[in-house]
Amino acid sequence: MIEQVAEPLQQTGFAKVVLELDVNNHAGVMSHICNLFARRAFNVEGILCMPMANPEKSRIWLLVFEDQRLEQMVLQLEKLIDVLAVRRHGAEHEVFERLERFFH
Amino acid sequence: MMQMTGAELIVRLLERQGVRTIAGIPGGAILPLYDALSGSELIRHVLARHEQGAGFIAQGMARVSGQPEVCFASSGPGATNLVTAIADASLDSIPMVAITGQVPLAMIGTDAFQEVDIYGMTVPITKHNFLVRSAEELLEVVPQAFRIAMSGRPGPVLIDVPKDVQNQRIAFEAYPEPARIQRGPAPDEAAIEAAATMINEAERPVLYLGGGVIHSGASQLAVTLAEQAGLPTTMTLMALGAMPMDHPLSIGMLGMHGARYTNFVLEESDLLVCVGARFDDRAIGKAAQFCPNAKIVHIDVDPSELNKIKRAHVAINGDVTDVLERLLPRVQVKLRKRWLAHVEGLKSRLPLQMPGRDDPRTHYGLIHAVAAALDDEAIVTTDVGQHQMWVAQAYPFRRPRQWLTSGGLGTMGFGMPAAIGAALAAPERTVVCFSGDGSLKMNIQELATLADHGLNVKIVLMNNSSLGLVYQQQNLFYGKRVFASRYHRAPDFLKIADGFGIPAVDLDTAANPRAALAQALGTPGPCLIHASIARDEFVYPMVPPGGANTEMIGG
Ligand SMILES: Cc1ncc(C[n+]2csc(CCOP(=O)(O)OP(=O)(O)O)c2C)c(N)n1
Repeated sequence: MIEQVAEPLQQTGFAKVVLELDVNNHAGVMSHICNLFARRAFNVEGILCMPMANPEKSRIWLLVFEDQRLEQMVLQLEKLIDVLAVRRHGAEHEVFERLERFFH
Repeated sequence: MMQMTGAELIVRLLERQGVRTIAGIPGGAILPLYDALSGSELIRHVLARHEQGAGFIAQGMARVSGQPEVCFASSGPGATNLVTAIADASLDSIPMVAITGQVPLAMIGTDAFQEVDIYGMTVPITKHNFLVRSAEELLEVVPQAFRIAMSGRPGPVLIDVPKDVQNQRIAFEAYPEPARIQRGPAPDEAAIEAAATMINEAERPVLYLGGGVIHSGASQLAVTLAEQAGLPTTMTLMALGAMPMDHPLSIGMLGMHGARYTNFVLEESDLLVCVGARFDDRAIGKAAQFCPNAKIVHIDVDPSELNKIKRAHVAINGDVTDVLERLLPRVQVKLRKRWLAHVEGLKSRLPLQMPGRDDPRTHYGLIHAVAAALDDEAIVTTDVGQHQMWVAQAYPFRRPRQWLTSGGLGTMGFGMPAAIGAALAAPERTVVCFSGDGSLKMNIQELATLADHGLNVKIVLMNNSSLGLVYQQQNLFYGKRVFASRYHRAPDFLKIADGFGIPAVDLDTAANPRAALAQALGTPGPCLIHASIARDEFVYPMVPPGGANTEMIGG
């Protein structure tokens, strides 16, 4: 049918946000999460994933920019069957900071 | 201890889940499963002629039964042919479980013959999907797939099963329990209280029903809410039938092709009670200008729909049935004489115009003649285009699950296979598929499936020798530069039907089209009913692209 003329989305935010996800540890989880961000045109600046002490679970850390769609992204993440919990941290969280020396 | 192959296990689990009909097409990578299915005494297989047809047959069954229904396809092209039907189910929240064969585990990733990554391809169009790595996993994956498909907001789930997993023998103690709907947390009582107060205090409230009301089985509750609180009620394309069209509180379908008065009533409202709808752009037009003076109460089972497009003053996450049951006792009985009289006034000044409604040789007249020849037991499906919008506007829908249409994806080719599915799920009903000459050709091969089963499906072909809705848009919005939307040669649809062994009636040449139509509709079994429609009949009114709902043209 006809194209919708979209009202431009404001991508105002420049503040960084760190998202901490607990997920089921099996093949395919990463593709569900990356695909979700990609298909909603929401940039992921950094991503980190490791199995947890309990090897049935993994933890994923995402570094994203705050913008008005973030609330919607978190709700969408929470809908993924393999995502067990999503926690939000400010940019001051050290997880990515401590890795920075590997990226210079 | 039970022992069987993965394929046999899938069939037993489907039987135990209550699946009785599966549509599909076999191929190398799914042959073990077909072999196991051939031994089932409970499940009937319907051989489609294209996997997209199989997907829409399963959808037709699911839209009628409300239960997850199943389709099968082989690996590679079989699986990719399912993709459109899965995406369609996703956008309309239809519970469906698609099972595909895959190349053996050891060959995955080798670009083997008929290997495609259907798991990867269906990530964005399924509620969830699985690539099964051992027969043992099936014990968990199959019931989980059904539970996901039917719980919360329904949707499609895909299970990709490598051929060696189908052949693998396993031993296990007991079958898992069949899946049941998993209920979400109880809705927030304080929010329900706040919603009730807003409804009780509003002066010009409107009830806005979406497909979620149908999925939740809450139509009766929604009608009760409307009657108790005196709420004029509009429905989205997906919700038609939730409230009978001729109910005094119904103000019909809203949005791009809604009646003028409907969109104006919304414009004037001071409270919008949105139940199981998602503020889709075809329904609300320009979001910022939709219901500019209204507060919003939004009830939805999917938390990510709340505050997505429009910020709600009260957002209630929960199954629509649960929420309405708790809301009703708190809502005061109101006659709302002034507001309802005003709504009546708008309706009589700006009604839906239906020129030719008494002449069965016109588009509206044909739809009315079909409705007049049937009762409310009939099921109506459509394809996509002008005919779909005319039926949505003009057909007197009076019950939920009477109306099956491709809303979110708008897929041409949906109508006929969905009608086959509907007839399989409800063989006692007459199923009418309104189609266009463009759409019908998109899955015309399913006429063979229809003929195989002799189902009571009547295809009403509204033939305008064009891709009518495209032709309309080029005329209205592209300076009449008509391009690639007119057919220069018309196939003989009567001969095509005949070639498939399906009786056909041409209303164009019938001396009494109304009588010919009634006779065709009243004779059990399939039939193609052909009617020419003038190419320059457009769907009105229409909200132009990007416009607000009050900026309609025509009608
Ligand atoms: C699979 C698919 N391809 C293209 C479109 C775009 N499209 C929307 S309506 C339409 C024309 C439909 O023509 P027809 O089925 O003859 O119905 P009419 O509008 O003439 O009633 C087209 C091409 C679509 N909705 N689906």
